[in-house]
Amino acid sequence: MKKDIILAGVGGQGILSIAAIIDWAALKSQLQIKQAEVHGMSQRGGAVQSHLRISDSEIFSDLIPQGRADIILSVEPMESLRYLSWLSDEGWVISASDPFKNVPDYPDEELLFHALEALPRKKIIDAVSIARDCGNAKSSNIVMLGAASGFLGIDPEMLKDGIRSFFGRKGEEVVGVNLKAFEAGRTLAERK
Amino acid sequence: MEKTLVLGDEAVALGGIDAGMSGIYAYPGTPSTEITEYVQNSSEAREWKIRSEWSANEKTAYEAALGMSYAGKRAMVCMKHVGLNVAADPFINSAITGVQGGLILAVADDPSMHSSQNEQDSRYYGRFAMIPVLEPANQQEAYDMVYEAFSLSEKVKLPVMIRLTTRLSHSRAGVLRKTRIQQNQLNPVSDTKRFIILPVNARVQYKSLVDMQPELERNSSASVFNRLIEGDHKDFGIIACGIAYNYAMEAMQLADLKLPVLKIAQYPLPDALIRQFFSACKKVLILEEGYPVYEEFMRGYFDNGQLLGRLDGTLPRTGELNPDIVLLALTGKEVPVPARPEVLVNRPPALCQGCSHRDVFLDLNEVLEPFGEKHVFSDIGCYTLGALPPFNSICSCVDMGASVTMAKGAADAGLRPAVCVIGDSTFTHSGMTGLLDAVNDKSPLTVVISDNHTTAMTGGQDSPGHGRLYSICAGLGVDPAHIRSIEPLKNKREANRKVYREELAYEGVSVIIASRECIQTASRRKKQEKQTQD
Ligand SMILES: Cc1ncc(C[n+]2csc(CCOP(=O)(O)OP(=O)(O)O)c2C)c(N)n1
Repeated sequence: MKKDIILAGVGGQGILSIAAIIDWAALKSQLQIKQAEVHGMSQRGGAVQSHLRISDSEIFSDLIPQGRADIILSVEPMESLRYLSWLSDEGWVISASDPFKNVPDYPDEELLFHALEALPRKKIIDAVSIARDCGNAKSSNIVMLGAASGFLGIDPEMLKDGIRSFFGRKGEEVVGVNLKAFEAGRTLAERK
Repeated sequence: MEKTLVLGDEAVALGGIDAGMSGIYAYPGTPSTEITEYVQNSSEAREWKIRSEWSANEKTAYEAALGMSYAGKRAMVCMKHVGLNVAADPFINSAITGVQGGLILAVADDPSMHSSQNEQDSRYYGRFAMIPVLEPANQQEAYDMVYEAFSLSEKVKLPVMIRLTTRLSHSRAGVLRKTRIQQNQLNPVSDTKRFIILPVNARVQYKSLVDMQPELERNSSASVFNRLIEGDHKDFGIIACGIAYNYAMEAMQLADLKLPVLKIAQYPLPDALIRQFFSACKKVLILEEGYPVYEEFMRGYFDNGQLLGRLDGTLPRTGELNPDIVLLALTGKEVPVPARPEVLVNRPPALCQGCSHRDVFLDLNEVLEPFGEKHVFSDIGCYTLGALPPFNSICSCVDMGASVTMAKGAADAGLRPAVCVIGDSTFTHSGMTGLLDAVNDKSPLTVVISDNHTTAMTGGQDSPGHGRLYSICAGLGVDPAHIRSIEPLKNKREANRKVYREELAYEGVSVIIASRECIQTASRRKKQEKQTQD
């Protein structure tokens, strides 16, 4: 078992929370992990990514080689296109459809979604509206985790335990909303 | 035992906590910040009373750590690579005095300059100071090395450097902990002469540092961190330093190659291992994350062509390594990458909406408009983003504190108005001393302290002079009539601009403290307050 995952988004969008939950679940599943994150300058609203590698044998590099990622999991549609050179020929792009426009030259949405639709293997998820339906728009990153959960090679129940552990401090209600968001993302991705 | 999932930085912190460290001293700086933050947030560290508050700058941090070591306890000092320039004086001299309690310098380099002004390689400093340097390849090694390095430091009575790079500092993996070592008892230096490095003592100390070098080399040769990984080929081998080892192994996996690898993680170089390796291999590729420090060293002046690396074009001369670069060096075959989609645009970092620095730059742009050409010296922090559109406000960002002194020099040369913008944390880091120079010289200069009450760029650490900027400036001798406090807000714009105009017109040293809380820390604080109320 070996999964190479690129997490993508904009600084402040919560890709590190997704990473933390996958990390937790992978560790509990006795798997090896390496997860390179971006801290510092680019977290100020810039493009951020994380290389997350899970394997049942030794992982050497903290960075994924070009053309080797199994999944690009993005919480923002344009950001899902930034790291395509890492995606393997069989790789999937799982992206939220909610644009985060903090640059003046953000592309035309029609062109953007055209580029996304042209990808051979993709799942595009209305993460924010689904999260809102589950109780909190802020859980959109967990909707995306749910949408990717079928691709990670980790038992979804373990990921849910990860959500409980990650949000536990914030109380039952927050945990509940996020579990719901996870399930909603998961079901939707299966149907798509 | 279960593994603890930590960043490379956090593994360093954890190693220190478990090795009986009594204090950690640091000024924040990407990618080193999380070392100290981990200790600050660790309940174990609190229970064991490990001292961990931020220092005003890297020099004060280093000296305090040296003082703790003098008193017999184990201390760590952390900084980013350029921080070591600031702390270079105590650092180099601490190799002359030697240490008492184990002293670890954890320094994090930033090749490719993800969040830095340069990509200097701290291993040069290690050689310069002639101390042992450890360069972990992974999180477990980072933990193990720190754990061992305190005893090494106490054995050789020298500070030991742990050199990290961004990818290890900010990458997570599981780490197995060891049993905790008790902290040292208070046990101050008795042979104090070695700490009084008057020439007469320093010569003796320096001689003993030089004499120590063969022992340091023997330690490296015997170190578990330096080792040979056998391969099938005999004529081509790889020397992989620090994290470059990971890329070598990854690239060989991809290319289905099994070359002999000499993994180097403890310096000075293990002489015997290196010589054996060179005599066994016809060609040797050397992989270093950072400068070609040891490549240059091994090539020597009369390069015999046996070595491949950054200096002969086999690898790029600048920037960090990755598996793809190493794969290309090994196979000569480039991995084809798809073209970048046309719709994709860049997303550079920017000042947050509502950030007080925004108002400062808008006001400055406005009041400087009549002067035509605009030269606003600035400094390092979030406010450096004032260099980008739509502000385009600043003309310099060189090193922490340089805004004040460069503006002073330009004022001395006749530049008017001479203005600088500096953050609160940068001001107390090393801007205050420059202001003293300006006061003594009566240089006509306006210093704008864009005070957001925090060290924002690195994640919102405490700002050492918070609430005392006015008295600091007054204490340094700035005329109180020309220390002006404003609140950079849209609705105070007109009044604030009047203040700027008045001080720009003043032919002397003036300071404008533009003070409003960072919106990131403000929202975090409000959330916390709400949580404690609930
Ligand atoms: C010598 C040195 N130490 C540390 C850093 C890392 N660093 C860059 S900006 C910064 C914080 C600046 O804080 P402040 O001046 O208050 O500005 P803010 O980011 O809050 O706007 C730090 C610690 C550095 N670049 N150089």
